[in-house]
Amino acid sequence: MSIWEYANPVKFIRTTDRILPWVSVAAVLCLVTGLVWGYFFTPDDYRQGSTVKIIYLHVPAALMAINAWIMMLVTSLIWIIRRHHVSALAARAAAPVGATFTVIALATGALWGQPMWGTWWAWDPRLTSFLILFLFYLGYMALWSAIENDDTAADLTSILCLVGSVFALLSRYAVLFWNQGLHQGASLSLDKEENVADVFWYPLLVCIAGFVLLFVALVFLRTQTEIRARRSRALLAREGRT
Amino acid sequence: MTPDLGKYAFAVLASYGVSLGLIIALVALSLRRARRTRAELEKIEERVKRHG
Amino acid sequence: MIALLLRDLRLAVRAGGGFGLGLAFFLIVTVLIPFGVGPETGLLSRIAPGVLWIGALLACLLSLDRIFALDWEDGSLDLLATAPLPMEGIVTIKALAHWITTGLPLVLAAPALGVLLSLPPSGYLWVLVSLALGTPALSVIGTFGAALTVGLKRGGLLLSILVLPLYVPTLIFGAEVARRGAEGLAVQTPLLMLAGISFGTLALLPFASAAVLRINLR
Repeated sequence: MSIWEYANPVKFIRTTDRILPWVSVAAVLCLVTGLVWGYFFTPDDYRQGSTVKIIYLHVPAALMAINAWIMMLVTSLIWIIRRHHVSALAARAAAPVGATFTVIALATGALWGQPMWGTWWAWDPRLTSFLILFLFYLGYMALWSAIENDDTAADLTSILCLVGSVFALLSRYAVLFWNQGLHQGASLSLDKEENVADVFWYPLLVCIAGFVLLFVALVFLRTQTEIRARRSRALLAREGRT
Repeated sequence: MTPDLGKYAFAVLASYGVSLGLIIALVALSLRRARRTRAELEKIEERVKRHG
Repeated sequence: MIALLLRDLRLAVRAGGGFGLGLAFFLIVTVLIPFGVGPETGLLSRIAPGVLWIGALLACLLSLDRIFALDWEDGSLDLLATAPLPMEGIVTIKALAHWITTGLPLVLAAPALGVLLSLPPSGYLWVLVSLALGTPALSVIGTFGAALTVGLKRGGLLLSILVLPLYVPTLIFGAEVARRGAEGLAVQTPLLMLAGISFGTLALLPFASAAVLRINLR
């Protein structure tokens, strides 16, 4: 029994079919609990007023936007090294989800920044890095949809993902160098004493769990879709030949 | 029950609106595409089986 | 390898597009900027280093799809792939040829265009240096993008979407060198970073480009 068993598409579909309902229900539960808790039952921050409620969307979305890219990087590596199709398709399935989360993080950030910093947008390192991350997502998805041959597309996008990761990191440091920001430091880290107050912290944790579960559920579902679409294409191609 | 959002009501409500809208759209699109490809694959597999 | 370089250069000269088009584009962009932002000298001299960098970057982008397209169409790329030359070498030579035909003229033209934008006198040297250091990176990164999109019918637009985000670090450090130089500040840190990016991409990216090209020729 090893994780590579799930590289078999049939096995992957069968297993995820069994897990998917549970994950989806858990995701909806966590999201609803976290957001309702955060929205209705937390006090206003003494400085930020009610805008502090935006944190329950902004932080988890930003977190998952980065994690989605990391997951794509890992699956791309697995595809390059071990050539499991499910891995490549999972990377493809995750990209639009990650891009959507990036947009959510940017949009909620802008809406929060307007009353707090007095501007929708500032060329702050963090904001700029996220915008660049979004551009990378766009390029990645565009390349996937432009190439017809499935294997070629998987190969090329994996390499783009690797090279893109290096350049995304470079951009991150370049942007830091280029402009010192007004964004506050990380709002959650495990080793820091100074953290978000507990009242905001617990609903935030639930929301993060909800976003993670939502991401997992969507990636499972979309990977299944990609596997099926690929099989349809293969069958059609064989039909055309005979 | 409904919290008083004060002068920041627009920012908070718009954030929730935009985010939930995007998430729901993403889920709906994924589900629709999943259903379509599943149906299409079944149709093709059926046909392949019939023709042997 | 040298034969390949000479052949590429000769083709570029004979086709006429290589030298002329990129330069003309660079000139037009620089001329259009004052129309867009107004002729005020103080403003122009402040944004001049950045404008020159953006112009050079766009002019570079414009000619990227020609790196492999012609060789792909007439099949000489397949021939090159079976030649004893390693693919990494071919890719590097292609990038070098692109730099000589596009990057180098841009570097040399930049000070002349700086006059149009009333670049401060202290800026000329650093614009020249930063472009000379940065444009090879632009060519090498662009070759990677061109290799990715080589087989595609309408690769041009996709190519720019793929390549432009990759240009971000080079642009930031390059423009920073030029800006600081123009304002008479210390340029050492961004200059070193720019050099690092250029040499790093030059050393590593050809492997990625070669892998991509092999996949596309499969």
